[in-house]
Amino acid sequence: MMQIACPHCGSRAQQEFMYERTVDSVVPLDAPTDKAMAALFTRTNPRGPDDEIWRHTYGCRAWMVVTRHRVTHEITAVRAVGPEVLP
Amino acid sequence: MSRYSAFSLLRGAFNGQSHWKPAWRHPDPKPHYDIIIIGGGGHGLATAYYLAKVHGLRNIAVLEKGWIGGGNTGRNTTIVRSNYRQDALHNFFEFGLKLWHGLSDDLNYNVMFSPRGALTLGHSDADMVTLAQRGDAMRCDGIDAELLTRDQVAKLEPLLDMSRTARFPIEGGLIQRRGGSARHDAVAWGYARGADSLGVDIIQKCEVTGFVRDGDAIVGVETTRGRIGAGRVGICVAGHSGHVAGLAGLRLPIESQTLQAMVTEGVKPMINTVIMTQALHCYISQSDKGGIVFGGDPDNWPSYAQRGNPMIMENAVAQGLALVPALSRLRMLRTWSGVTDMSFDGSPIIGETPLPNLYLNGGWCYGGFKATPASGWTYAHTLATGKPHPLNAPFSLDRFERGATIDETGSGPMPSSR
Repeated sequence: MMQIACPHCGSRAQQEFMYERTVDSVVPLDAPTDKAMAALFTRTNPRGPDDEIWRHTYGCRAWMVVTRHRVTHEITAVRAVGPEVLP
Repeated sequence: MSRYSAFSLLRGAFNGQSHWKPAWRHPDPKPHYDIIIIGGGGHGLATAYYLAKVHGLRNIAVLEKGWIGGGNTGRNTTIVRSNYRQDALHNFFEFGLKLWHGLSDDLNYNVMFSPRGALTLGHSDADMVTLAQRGDAMRCDGIDAELLTRDQVAKLEPLLDMSRTARFPIEGGLIQRRGGSARHDAVAWGYARGADSLGVDIIQKCEVTGFVRDGDAIVGVETTRGRIGAGRVGICVAGHSGHVAGLAGLRLPIESQTLQAMVTEGVKPMINTVIMTQALHCYISQSDKGGIVFGGDPDNWPSYAQRGNPMIMENAVAQGLALVPALSRLRMLRTWSGVTDMSFDGSPIIGETPLPNLYLNGGWCYGGFKATPASGWTYAHTLATGKPHPLNAPFSLDRFERGATIDETGSGPMPSSR
């Protein structure tokens, strides 16, 4: 199991968090069709690190971007979601 | 290849069983094959077998990174069934179920298929309505499905908690009596032996590291054992579909997650069917050795780690104990995990890719094992002819952009919510 360092609450057990989707699958409202389709229905799905959106659902309920390795599960960065983090 | 039979066994009794030979060769790769299949799991080996047997092709290679059957073929709960509501799904899986019923004879290899019945429990009126609807949809296409009352379920599985105070009260069920389970390793080995005897080269410890291109077209693969040319290349790597397709520059409607299962110590027969439920994500069956096999939810976040997570395991076991309280005294022997290729509508993808000569078989989510024969049969057809078989035509890669998704659970394009 993972410990995720919530930017607001500190290090918490994974049970308190829900995975939502990857950062590159957020669909900007003005995206052209091909970009929207790619974001909705495809993933890079790397066998390595990726930027993921998690939510501290059973805690402060805030969204955050977690940079996490898909094989080792090592978390190298957690950032609170804000305009400068998401497209 | 010598045929396995009671007679050969008997003859072996007089020569110290010295007649046993390796079931397949370990050839070095040739410089070029007509068809290369990436991935030596059940699906890849079945594809090679049917390419040789049904389509008469001989110059075929199966490239496997590790050892055959060492991925999800060896990491599942071996459940075989075709009880889906939607036409495209139940017709595909029913074709496979029919192949399962003759598979041991066809392969001359005992895959220990045991059609003991696949039982889905209903826990509420709403569950029973959904099960009736699913059963009716199956029966319309000639597939066996039988709605069971509470009493019938209690008689079939006496150890279920049928009390009114049960955590998950049981109102009835839907059974597919021709469903059941099989021996996973034997499926991979049987297909491997059959394919090898028809001239297919099974090359283990040979990882694909890149694709050779001529313009857009794929004309071969780079591997840890050198470059191998190919007329057509079929990806068949389950959880690693995203990674391998990424080597060709493709992004797929697939996210890889971990799915774990576990088995208890062996006990006398106590679970007669494969028990699944409409409301929970828990399935219980008893192996031929007597172990109770549990499966549960996937870990609902992306992962390529072939190891499970205790919180999901606890959830699966809690559900299992609520259904069958007698399991509480058993000790867990082993747990295992596979990397599942979760697609964006919960259905597989078998067909062409945007790149000429490159084909994809993946997106099996947590239901690939039962599909092994049908997947191999239809993928072989697709690779041999360049066009999909009618059964896998609905499962094309471009169905997402066409809005023609096959979403059995109706949960939308979110693999993490399946």
